[in-house]
Amino acid sequence: MTQATFSLATMAPAMPEIALLAMVSILLVADLFFKEHERHLTYLLALVALVGTAILCATTVGSGSIVTFQGMFVSDLMSQVLKVATLLTVAATLVLSRSYLELRGMLTGEFLCLALFGTLGMMVMISAHHFLTLFLGLELMALSQYAMVALQRDSVRATEAAMKYFVLGALSSGLLLYGLSMIYGGTGSLELSRVAQSIEQGGTRNTLALFGLVFVVAGIAFKLGAAPFHMWIPDVYHGAATPATLIVGAAPKLAAFGFIMRLLATGLQGLSSDWQPMLVILTVASLAVGNIIAIAQANLKRMLAYSTISHMGFLTLGILAGTETGYSAAFFYVIVYTLMTLGSFGMILLLSRAGFEAEDLDDFRGLNQRSKWYAFMMLILMFSLAGLPPAAGFLAKLFVLQAALDAGYTWLVVYAVLLSVVGAFYYLRIVRLMYMESAVSEVTIDPRAGTRWMLSATAIATLVLGLVPAPLLDLCARAITASM
Amino acid sequence: MAWLSLAIWVPIASGIAVLLIGSDRDPAATRWSALAGSLAGLAVCIPLWTGFQHTAAMQFVENVPWIARFNVSYHLGVDGISMPFILLNSFMTLLVVIAHWEVVTEKVGQYLAAFLIMSGLINGVFASLDAIVFYIFFEAMLIPMFLIIGVWGGPNRVYAAVKFFLYTLLGSLLMLAAFIYLYQQTNGSFEILDFQKVPLSMTAQVLIFLAMFMSFAVKVPMWPVHTWLPDAHVEAPTGGSVILAAITLKIGGYGFARFNLPIAPDASHLLAGFMITLSLIAVVYIGLVALVQADMKKLIAYSSISHMGFVTLGLFIFNGEGALGALMQMISHGFVSAAMFLCVGVLYDRVHSRQISDYGGVANTMPVFAAFFVLFAMANCGLPGTSGFVGEFTVILGTLKVSWWYAFLAATTLIFGAAYTLWMVKRVVYGAVANDHVAKLSDIGKREAVFLVLLAVAVMAMGIYPKPLSDVMNPSIQELLRHVAQPKI
Repeated sequence: MTQATFSLATMAPAMPEIALLAMVSILLVADLFFKEHERHLTYLLALVALVGTAILCATTVGSGSIVTFQGMFVSDLMSQVLKVATLLTVAATLVLSRSYLELRGMLTGEFLCLALFGTLGMMVMISAHHFLTLFLGLELMALSQYAMVALQRDSVRATEAAMKYFVLGALSSGLLLYGLSMIYGGTGSLELSRVAQSIEQGGTRNTLALFGLVFVVAGIAFKLGAAPFHMWIPDVYHGAATPATLIVGAAPKLAAFGFIMRLLATGLQGLSSDWQPMLVILTVASLAVGNIIAIAQANLKRMLAYSTISHMGFLTLGILAGTETGYSAAFFYVIVYTLMTLGSFGMILLLSRAGFEAEDLDDFRGLNQRSKWYAFMMLILMFSLAGLPPAAGFLAKLFVLQAALDAGYTWLVVYAVLLSVVGAFYYLRIVRLMYMESAVSEVTIDPRAGTRWMLSATAIATLVLGLVPAPLLDLCARAITASM
Repeated sequence: MAWLSLAIWVPIASGIAVLLIGSDRDPAATRWSALAGSLAGLAVCIPLWTGFQHTAAMQFVENVPWIARFNVSYHLGVDGISMPFILLNSFMTLLVVIAHWEVVTEKVGQYLAAFLIMSGLINGVFASLDAIVFYIFFEAMLIPMFLIIGVWGGPNRVYAAVKFFLYTLLGSLLMLAAFIYLYQQTNGSFEILDFQKVPLSMTAQVLIFLAMFMSFAVKVPMWPVHTWLPDAHVEAPTGGSVILAAITLKIGGYGFARFNLPIAPDASHLLAGFMITLSLIAVVYIGLVALVQADMKKLIAYSSISHMGFVTLGLFIFNGEGALGALMQMISHGFVSAAMFLCVGVLYDRVHSRQISDYGGVANTMPVFAAFFVLFAMANCGLPGTSGFVGEFTVILGTLKVSWWYAFLAATTLIFGAAYTLWMVKRVVYGAVANDHVAKLSDIGKREAVFLVLLAVAVMAMGIYPKPLSDVMNPSIQELLRHVAQPKI
């Protein structure tokens, strides 16, 4: 055992987490003293906390990977990139949601603090090097999010969604924990590098660990929302207030990617030939369920929920390649996906007004007449989600397909390609509604400048990433290489 | 000078500018700036023609690394096969801008911007030497076309737009899978020229051939995947039909010449019978289908499919006449089909009907127009002295070397083509004035005269003296045939 030293040096790699925790704690207290009309101060402080932590993450560059807290916690380039992305995503979510929350009296200290606690959980997950830290981070994130979905307590739909989310989430946590305990039984350690070592030494046929692996993959699939463990996604996305949907739908995917990388790629890489077939099943099911059921949806939030499922199928396709190329393709994919999610849910937030939720497909009818600019932004986002060039969604898919083909999954690539055509159909429908139908409402679009700028920024970023992908791709690849 | 980059980005940049400044309140400014943009787009293409060396090598090459990790580079260059299409495309864009002038009144800025941006993207398709860059242009082009058909089209436009989009998307995604496979086989290169050199087994070649076939056959379109075309044409605005017929169909033929033949030569030989059969079905069967159309645009659409059958036929008989004829036919069909659609547009703008039965005796009220219409109709049935003759005749000559029966079937087009085109002309242009609408028609104005004269000159020039064009194409065609003759297994 390493000596339990508790010096400042051992804590340095976790500085961003510590800073965020400190700031949330301050916020929690400070919020009590703000009067109702000063509530925006809490919001501003929360943004400062997020952006400040992101800067802290980006500047505390460690060389290589530093493992600290007796092997509980790791800080490497991958965790830094993921954390910066997560923090900025949550910050963008808050900016996009401000008008919506204010109009509904939901811009409260609780909402913001829960969002920040959830973010802290994601950061811990991303940096976990030990089953316990992994689980700790996961639960901190999940519990904050259950509460955020439930926060709209007089809405029946939100309460129902929160209930479903909680029960299924708790079940999946149970599965995951059970699997982790099996692996612990089989390998004798909870620390990821030791688990990896033990699997390496014991050969690949370790029945107990293999048994645990099944539960771990099921748990991961639940959190990710990959079919056939996707049941909660449409209901929660639909039921939650849109800002909460965005909190649940955007940044956690980044954290989930980190989680998968830590568990499967670092800890259980030795069992890759066993988890690859499981991921194949997830991919096949997610692509089919996501793309086909999305066609039947009349509600944009539900449609985007099913689209999420299909995108998670693409993500697992990159991961199941089991190579560095595959992991970095998936990394790139998840960042682009988060950006597109921010944009498309942001659009719902943008079009919603006091007492009106713009979440039906019909609310997008004739958008081009009401605002050329936002129709164009949504056009970019939809074509990017559909995987059409020149937006980034295309390159993200291309890299994943390439990695999968490299790993020899030719039939899976052809399958994914065919289902992309099915997927294109429902994204196209939104474009069709916006451009080819006449408007039903003439209400001008007038939310806060922050929402408008942030939305345009995400859509344009998608386009720019599609034209200049090399820097981010290189960063992803370097991060993956460093963490392996 | 990076002329190819200019040919791509000048129209796109002016399209974006038009999109930003365009407003329906002041359409004149929007229109003039779009005209300036399309003129500039054509101007930067002229050096491509004047500075072209008559060799098979890629020229005006630009090569900048883009995604270094995957060896994707912004690699442009043209040879005798691709260069004429860039000129044709920029020329057509100019015509479309002139043709829209008094016709399109809604969302003018977006309409013109869509055409300008698409023009740049299409130039990109023809100029790309990197498969991924090619694919990006190839797919991105769908977006403006989808909007053009869906927003400014006829009553059933949405159905047509979606059908057009999904058909083409399915084909091109399979092609993408083939590109990634080739990337592995070449050990990490997306260069089209490397794809052409890499040895491949017969199975791989056949699969690659079929994947690309799916993509390009839909674009051409070949029978039986042609059904999107009549729908798209009928519902598209005139400008959309012009670009669709004159340019986007050619991308299919170009794709066969650039990808299928040199990358999978053995599979091309193996499947030549299949391709020739489909081509002949298009020529004969679709020719018959065209005969019974009551809608002028549908008739021209079917005639396009039938004419494009000559292109695929010419490419898959593997001799110099066939390939040259195929390329000539593509350029000629670009001019002729554009002219036919513009003529129908001229009538449609006045009467708002495309039905043949709504017309009759147009020559009495629009004599100048009738003269142009008859000229283009003659070109459409391949009258000697017009551009239509050059391509069809050369292909038939080439086919005769291979099989008398193929040539016989191909030559029936001279009869069917004449039948459906002239019968339509007879019913529309000649005879007594059929109804009040026709009686009230006014002859073409100056603006309409401009584009009709330009096209008439092009059609006649190419028909009488095609040598400059064939000189440009020939070296590249010889190179292509040399490639196809070499087994790659």
